[in-house]
Amino acid sequence: MKAKIIVTPKKTVLDPQGKTVQHALESLGFKGVKEVRIGKFIEVELAGSNKAALKKKLDEACHKLLSNPVIEDYTFTLK
Amino acid sequence: MKFGIIQFPGSNCDQDAYHALANVLGQPTRYVWHKDSTIGDVDCVVVPGGFSYGDYLRTGAIARFSPAMKAVAAHAQAGGLVIGICNGFQILCEAHLLPGALIRNKGLKFICEHVELRVASTNSPFTNACQLGQMLRVPIAHGEGCYFAEPSVIKQLQDEDRILVRYVNNPNGSVDNIAGVCNEGRNVFGLMPHPERASEAILGSEDGRLIFESLLHTNIHA
Repeated sequence: MKAKIIVTPKKTVLDPQGKTVQHALESLGFKGVKEVRIGKFIEVELAGSNKAALKKKLDEACHKLLSNPVIEDYTFTLK
Repeated sequence: MKFGIIQFPGSNCDQDAYHALANVLGQPTRYVWHKDSTIGDVDCVVVPGGFSYGDYLRTGAIARFSPAMKAVAAHAQAGGLVIGICNGFQILCEAHLLPGALIRNKGLKFICEHVELRVASTNSPFTNACQLGQMLRVPIAHGEGCYFAEPSVIKQLQDEDRILVRYVNNPNGSVDNIAGVCNEGRNVFGLMPHPERASEAILGSEDGRLIFESLLHTNIHA
């Protein structure tokens, strides 16, 4: 199965990269850009088909390595 | 005091640290390879600066899982001294030996320059040779040096006198101007500036030596 994981900076964490891109969009003429946050997209190919068990494993992987819970949030889909 | 410097693939301040400790301070110093699962009889572990494992995923994220870091964590838990400099600080945070995390500098740029630090606490094995409020001129060289922790954690660090050095002119957006913090047991210290690069007059400053000299004043209880 394939997991698609999105890691984003927590709302309380400064995201200067997102801010800079927001300003760039504005200077390009894109109107109404309220906020830009930049994170990471990770794809993981997993062996097995027990979705519940794989989700549990993924949660652990995200918590321990793929994201840093001090500064980041994550979500994932598994298909 | 016996020092052990951990070498990861991508460490690049290991030899600077070795020079400062072995040649300038005349202490028995050796390297510990990241794949070694023991650190031997060292009194103080140095986790040096650099770009361990290419800073892949996050700074310090991969180094944390190396065999040597398991031994470092055990050493720290037993009360042994550990100092993490720059990338070493990032690794110690990822390893949960220190609270918080280091994120991208507020101005997005990699900053490489001398900065002024103010000693915020002398109550530690790493700052006991300094005066409270003393200014130290030490270089920084980092892209991800902005210290972040939740407000409750920052308050705890303040209340427990665990912020050991602060920036005079905050270069990177760190919360509360934090340049270095210690753990609850005060035996693990991480800082973004490089004291090993400021240990001889020929390098423009020898203020950083005070950090290492503090360690030499410390009774080893590990």
